[in-house]
Amino acid sequence: MIWHQFLSLAGSYPLALRGLGMTVVLSLISLVLGTLLGFGLGILRTGGNRLISGVIGAWVDLIRGTPFLVQIFLIFFILPEFGIELDAFTAGIIALTNLAACFICEIVAAGIRSVPTGQVEAALASGLSRWQRMRQVVLPQAMRIVLPPLVGQYVLLIKDSSVVSAIGLTDLTRVGWLVVQRVPNGLLVFFLVGVGYFIVCYPLIMLARRLERRMGAAHGEVQL
Amino acid sequence: MLENFSFRTIVEYLPLFGQGLVTTVWLSALSFIGALVVGIVLCAMNLQRGWLFRAPAKAYIDAVRATPLLAQLYFLYFGLPRLGFVLPELVVGIIALSLNSGAYIAEIIRAGILSIPRGQVEASVASGMTYVQRMRLVVLPQAFKVTIPPLLGQAIVLVKDSALLSLISVAELTRAGQLLASDRFMPAEGFLTIAAFYLLLYYCLKGLAALSSRWLGTAGART
Repeated sequence: MIWHQFLSLAGSYPLALRGLGMTVVLSLISLVLGTLLGFGLGILRTGGNRLISGVIGAWVDLIRGTPFLVQIFLIFFILPEFGIELDAFTAGIIALTNLAACFICEIVAAGIRSVPTGQVEAALASGLSRWQRMRQVVLPQAMRIVLPPLVGQYVLLIKDSSVVSAIGLTDLTRVGWLVVQRVPNGLLVFFLVGVGYFIVCYPLIMLARRLERRMGAAHGEVQL
Repeated sequence: MLENFSFRTIVEYLPLFGQGLVTTVWLSALSFIGALVVGIVLCAMNLQRGWLFRAPAKAYIDAVRATPLLAQLYFLYFGLPRLGFVLPELVVGIIALSLNSGAYIAEIIRAGILSIPRGQVEASVASGMTYVQRMRLVVLPQAFKVTIPPLLGQAIVLVKDSALLSLISVAELTRAGQLLASDRFMPAEGFLTIAAFYLLLYYCLKGLAALSSRWLGTAGART
């Protein structure tokens, strides 16, 4: 019985690989786009313009205050009413990118705020332009604060990509759901799905921990 | 555009939304209590010296943190009947949320306890306090202060995560939106309304977190 199920599971490995591939592609695209957008938004958020900062803050709050599943449904079912036809893949990318951008925006903003004002004033006094100040003085120092939670956020993003299966994308979770209809052994099937995610996420978790520890050590030096 | 947006239908469905909201609130509350229990047990295991208790706790926490809640939910939903436990979806959902959130809460509590300066513990050892006295009089009261704001942050995450239970057809808030969307082909009305309800819950919890950090004097703690 179990052996039979194993054979059947082994037979569906192309589907599993496709699902894993979809999860990785989805996460990777929205991770890159979300990081770029998040940094841009984070810089704008701390830029000093009250209106821009307020609008970004309100948007970030809306996204952080609603479940990701609801956001996906909104994008997938409501954008078509505005004349924007979407396939599930694009809707998933939009939803994940938006989510990542909002969280990364707050991480980046916190990092930028952590840079002492004296540094900015010094850069200002040395006649650096706004862009030079950001690129050469603020961001390099902010990165130390930003990096550990940024990597942590990537892990959350990869995990959240599983929710996109709800609109029918064949990612790793959806594959599990499909396979369990044929091989009714939920423990085994979703254990394997979990292993798939673990392989992708755990190295990133380790990396985040290492970065955090290093940052802690660096802080120690400064305080001494 | 949304020129056919029907407030009338939303009003008509309000009882359903209300029930969904109530279900979301109490199932989240129950799951949060469950998660606290799981978290405290895991944390206690994790703080032991020997590896016998620590290793399983660490493995569990890592496994939960490295896999999506939805996969964990399906694992229980399809797996529990296999082990002979045929439970209602709602119960499966509460178990899944408790087990998931518990792993995060264990780390929050641990961080709170570890944030107490070593000197304090050494001082209480020097004053001849027993382990229980040390914990009860010195460590825990201070750790409690540091722990409350991130715990409320975790509560926010839990409420949002509970939306996933709609996928195993638990009749909570998101499910109510789905029903309106599919019965009347009105996704905008359904999903925008539940988004508003979730925002309401979010701002309540966020306000509570802000209040608590002011009371506890841990200003600047962000959730």
